[in-house]
Amino acid sequence: MDFQLTESQRALQDTARKFAREVIRPKAAHHDETSEFPREIIVSAWENGLLNMATPEAYGGLGLTHLDQLLAYEELAWGCAGMATSITANDLANLPIIVGGSEEQKQRLLKPFTEKFKLASFALTEPEAGSDVAGMSTTAVRDGDHYVLNGAKCFITNGGHADQYTVFATLDKAKKHKGITCFVVEGRPKGLTVGKHENKMGQRASDTVALTFEDVRVPVHNRIGEEGEGWRIAMETLDNSRPITAILSVGIARAALEYSLEYSAQRKTFGKPIREHQAIQFMLADMAMNIQAARLLCHQSAWLLDQGQRASLQSSYAKCFAADMAMKVATDAVQVYGGYGYIKEYPVEKLMRDAKLIQIYEGTSQVQRLVIARELFK
Amino acid sequence: MKILVTAKRVEDPESKIKVKPDGSGIVQEGLKYKINPFDEIGVEEGLRLVAKHGGEVVVVSIGGKEVQEQLRHALAMGATRAVWVNHTGPLDQMGVAGLLQKVAEKEKPDLVILGKQAIDDDQNQVGQYLAEFLGWGQATFASKVESLESEQEKNKVPALQMGADNKSVRVVREVDNGLATLECALPAVVTTDLRLNLPRYASLPGIMKAKSKPIEELTPAKLSVDVTPKVQVLKMASPPPRKAGIKVPDVATLVDKLRNEAKVV
Repeated sequence: MDFQLTESQRALQDTARKFAREVIRPKAAHHDETSEFPREIIVSAWENGLLNMATPEAYGGLGLTHLDQLLAYEELAWGCAGMATSITANDLANLPIIVGGSEEQKQRLLKPFTEKFKLASFALTEPEAGSDVAGMSTTAVRDGDHYVLNGAKCFITNGGHADQYTVFATLDKAKKHKGITCFVVEGRPKGLTVGKHENKMGQRASDTVALTFEDVRVPVHNRIGEEGEGWRIAMETLDNSRPITAILSVGIARAALEYSLEYSAQRKTFGKPIREHQAIQFMLADMAMNIQAARLLCHQSAWLLDQGQRASLQSSYAKCFAADMAMKVATDAVQVYGGYGYIKEYPVEKLMRDAKLIQIYEGTSQVQRLVIARELFK
Repeated sequence: MKILVTAKRVEDPESKIKVKPDGSGIVQEGLKYKINPFDEIGVEEGLRLVAKHGGEVVVVSIGGKEVQEQLRHALAMGATRAVWVNHTGPLDQMGVAGLLQKVAEKEKPDLVILGKQAIDDDQNQVGQYLAEFLGWGQATFASKVESLESEQEKNKVPALQMGADNKSVRVVREVDNGLATLECALPAVVTTDLRLNLPRYASLPGIMKAKSKPIEELTPAKLSVDVTPKVQVLKMASPPPRKAGIKVPDVATLVDKLRNEAKVV
């Protein structure tokens, strides 16, 4: 076992850290306040190779390991979790093509993302089917060499700005998960309507919209995998992306700890800096300890994936522990700041709002616990 | 054209630097290192010049195996190849300049770009020595009026500009009371000041490509340079901690203290 990073891992971590510090963080408060989409920043991330990090080398990507990606994403989320979520969206949308697409589809649908700046969205969630993926009601009906899609999707990251959508729909709702099929919708075809940008509590820099499909025609050559394979493709995608979502929590929590260390050294009560009070020291120590524990869980699940092993259990440990940890650490950071922590001019309340979402998206903390329990009973 | 740029490994200014209790050096443990920021500006300027005029940027560093990390950083930014002068142990400014002279004579660049100084010991000597050893012209402290890379700034005439026939270079340099412009015949030595450019990031594709770019290993012996230091470091010490200031009740007292105690007016 080796916890040492390689020279190129340290180099890519440095680049991501510098990018987070110099490009992302100075704009984080602005995009949080206005909820404007940080397009320029995401373009700049693309220019520096921080977008599409999961794309394999054969399709113009960099051949990064899961662990490499985690190192970079922790830094980006340290800068702003909302922007980091927007930056991860391309990989989430393109993973189904990576795990289930044919060679021809990978060349045609993945490669262009490494050649010019493009955004993609992953469209799985529906108003009445979030964690209950098999309950989806968006339908696909074969019509000659096309499928016709009808239905509604919601909470779609970058959906208002995407050039390509990876959409899951059912061929037969009665078949439950066996009817689910994956499609790639290119551009904005007739019948695809993008809803309004959701006014979210946190991660406000990321774009979140509803999508409506009304007789949207998708060519058969854009079906990823076979009919009915969508469930497996979606689950494999989420197994791959879960450690990344988890590491975003670590980035948020690390920012919360750093702010807390800084503030607790300046702020004085009872004649001394508050970090000389044991009550504060215990909070800071708990933060540091839990951040490191979460980071190790994330790295372990990424390492398993890099070894080509199944990581459902470990990535659920990581996602659940890290998300709950970040919520607690960010809440404690607000506590360390006291009254000022509750005021928007100080940086920590944003972290608390941002962290909350990670307990919800890509499988709630409750669903992660269900997965863990199910694995335990096997 | 060929541009030779230095990439010294220096302590990261963000890490806490402590002097050893016996004053023999600094505590190395737990320190982070990076490329000297002035050298990084040099790499960036070199890359911009070859983007415009064609050619290659060769990056050079002196030190133990660990300096390969800084060479890789410059390669990841876009330098073509690297030269590593493998040397551990004491080295003074003339030793560095002597080694760089031999590397320059071997590489025959049109231009050598160095940071005006390294942020570890802030000597500001190597560029000047090197120009003297080579017998080339020198232009130190290449700079622009503003550091910000705004659109407006990008459209201004760059601080380093090649002559029409690529036989000379025009350099805007920072001096005490403003900017001075020099024209130097090539080959020449240029040192960079802070406000020359904003270095690009080592992009992820750049980092991956850098893995396979060549690093040539040389030694002082191979270059036939005697690097026995002429300068000896006797002792290092932290600057004395700053004392607390005082408050004065009025201007008259302030003037009196400045005149009679501090003796500065």
